[in-house]
Amino acid sequence: MSDPTPIIEIRDLTKTFGSVIALSGVSMSVMPGEVMCLLGDNGAGKSTLIKTLSGVHKPTAGEYLVDGKLVDFDSPRDALDQGIATVYQDLAMVSLMSIARNFFLGSEPTIGWGPFRRFDIQTAKRTASEEMAKMGIDIRDPEQPVGTLSGGERQSVAIARAVYFGAKVLILDEPTSALGVKQAGTVLRYIAQARARGIAVIFITHNPHHAYPIGNKFTILKRGKTLGTFTKGDLSREEMIRMMSGGDELEKLEHELREFSGDEAVGELVQGVSATKRDEDAIAPLKPEVQQRSNEID
Amino acid sequence: MASPTTPADPPTTAPPEDERVKRAGLLRNLLRRPEAGAVAGTIVIWLYFAFAAGTNFASASGTALFLETASELGILTVAVTLLMISGEFDLSVGSTMGATTMATAIFATTYALPLPVAMLLSLAVALLIGFFNGILVVRTKLPSFIITLGSLFAVRGATIALSLGAAGTSNVDALARKVPGWEAWRPLFHSSFFSIQQVRERTSFTGEVTQVTSSIDFDVSILWWLGLILVATWMLLRTRYGNWIFAVGGDETAARNVGVPVGRVKVSLFMATAAAAWLASQIQLFGIQSAASLRGELQELFAISAAVIGGTLLTGGYGSVFGGALGALIYGMVRLGVPAAGIDSQLFQVVLGVLIIIAVLVNNFVRRQALGGR
Repeated sequence: MSDPTPIIEIRDLTKTFGSVIALSGVSMSVMPGEVMCLLGDNGAGKSTLIKTLSGVHKPTAGEYLVDGKLVDFDSPRDALDQGIATVYQDLAMVSLMSIARNFFLGSEPTIGWGPFRRFDIQTAKRTASEEMAKMGIDIRDPEQPVGTLSGGERQSVAIARAVYFGAKVLILDEPTSALGVKQAGTVLRYIAQARARGIAVIFITHNPHHAYPIGNKFTILKRGKTLGTFTKGDLSREEMIRMMSGGDELEKLEHELREFSGDEAVGELVQGVSATKRDEDAIAPLKPEVQQRSNEID
Repeated sequence: MASPTTPADPPTTAPPEDERVKRAGLLRNLLRRPEAGAVAGTIVIWLYFAFAAGTNFASASGTALFLETASELGILTVAVTLLMISGEFDLSVGSTMGATTMATAIFATTYALPLPVAMLLSLAVALLIGFFNGILVVRTKLPSFIITLGSLFAVRGATIALSLGAAGTSNVDALARKVPGWEAWRPLFHSSFFSIQQVRERTSFTGEVTQVTSSIDFDVSILWWLGLILVATWMLLRTRYGNWIFAVGGDETAARNVGVPVGRVKVSLFMATAAAAWLASQIQLFGIQSAASLRGELQELFAISAAVIGGTLLTGGYGSVFGGALGALIYGMVRLGVPAAGIDSQLFQVVLGVLIIIAVLVNNFVRRQALGGR
């Protein structure tokens, strides 16, 4: 990774919807093989930013560079062609369709020619199973409708699909928000695997405990502006949480609640936001395996 | 075998299977297909009319009749099913039939164009109607129910107005006499592709026994129908386009996000539906040999009914062409069977109505099963 060119870079990106300023002058860059966590509270502009990166929105002003070259995407398809794959919160999967059909949706393999060109369903089934196995998931039956999978499994199908189609940049929109502790751990493991393959990952979340163990860099958005990009060394977890959610406000809330109820338990509840030990433990067992897999890939 | 076997040894010959997949029985797997309900319905309804109507229904002649009835609707249903799987409706199918019937007749008589040219112009009219329906739905993002409800009236009204303006009438009859080349083109749309000669003995009132030969004709429209079923099924299940149809109906946003050209899929399906309406109307035209601007009324609702009876979801994303074909077959059987069984033919619509409701109940159950059941 000696290449100094960021795979994705934005400079002074601004996006307005009528009179609403969703993003104002946001700059950031991501290198290959790096996990950039995009943090921020609701309404901070995270969704607008990733939709701009993935070609759904066009920036109102500012520069967007992929691999050092200025780009102007008209549709998500353009972004995909440049290797920028987005796994949306709503997953971009059709629940009544099978895993294999979903895996290749929009990029179906074909055999035959002319009017007899057809969807190569056997290849689709086999490849979907193989790719999922590479991510460490053993799918039961590639003909199974996606609607029958659990949330974590669906996320992993979506990630495996993006990786298979040659994503250089993987944008994950809150992939862990709806998941339980164990499933979130599974998804974090895939993120680590994708990173080990040299893929740049932009990981959007408002859960600092998912972001901190996996991220290399953290960009914090607040009300459409960045509070800056920090590397892990520069920023402790507590500082990060304080910045993204307005820790001062939380402290004030704590005092207020205590005044109203006179209950000590409230204090613990608010402090629980920064209780980090447990999450570190949750992710720790995953680390050796990630290491081993990244060796295999190298 | 070197190792000693004990009777307690588990059998080792079974192929390795994923322990998480419960082995579903064949029957259960079949029941999960969208057309499961329609298959059962077809059998039950056939048996019912076979008993109730006897040889009026369960005979070669009865079969030829209900197949012909089913095929005219079935041709529409093939396209309507695909459109519904993609999550859209077309209520203007019947009006398009009226428009294309009149277009062919007026181009061939009033404007004296050669028949094939008249028919191609009529097809162009259909494709134009379909294109406008599709573009309006895609661009305005209004429900297709609303857009095509509008075109249902607009197309019908325009047909009557333009017919009166161009030909001074909204009905053109005796086409076989008026249009040169009629007999040359008729076999393609209305002719018998298969006949059974039946010899029956008839005893006249004087006691004389005479032999009467009658022929049972299977109409070529049945072939059109079968051909369309095969092509559409193959397209739906085995091509990229088919995958996109399911995706667009299942989750439009998801489909768009992965790069499926949602607009093109929808517009092309609206055009295919209009083209099917054209084919059905030309078959009818050659059968009746006259054109009327009110042709095809209610056909849009019958086609949607057939698709729904065949297991296609009203909300899109799920369904099968074969199911829709069975729906059309049920329509044909009921249409013929009700009068053949001596039931008041007004009851035809009652039967159809009840069938639609039962079909939707069954289909909801089947879909829950497909998604794992509870």
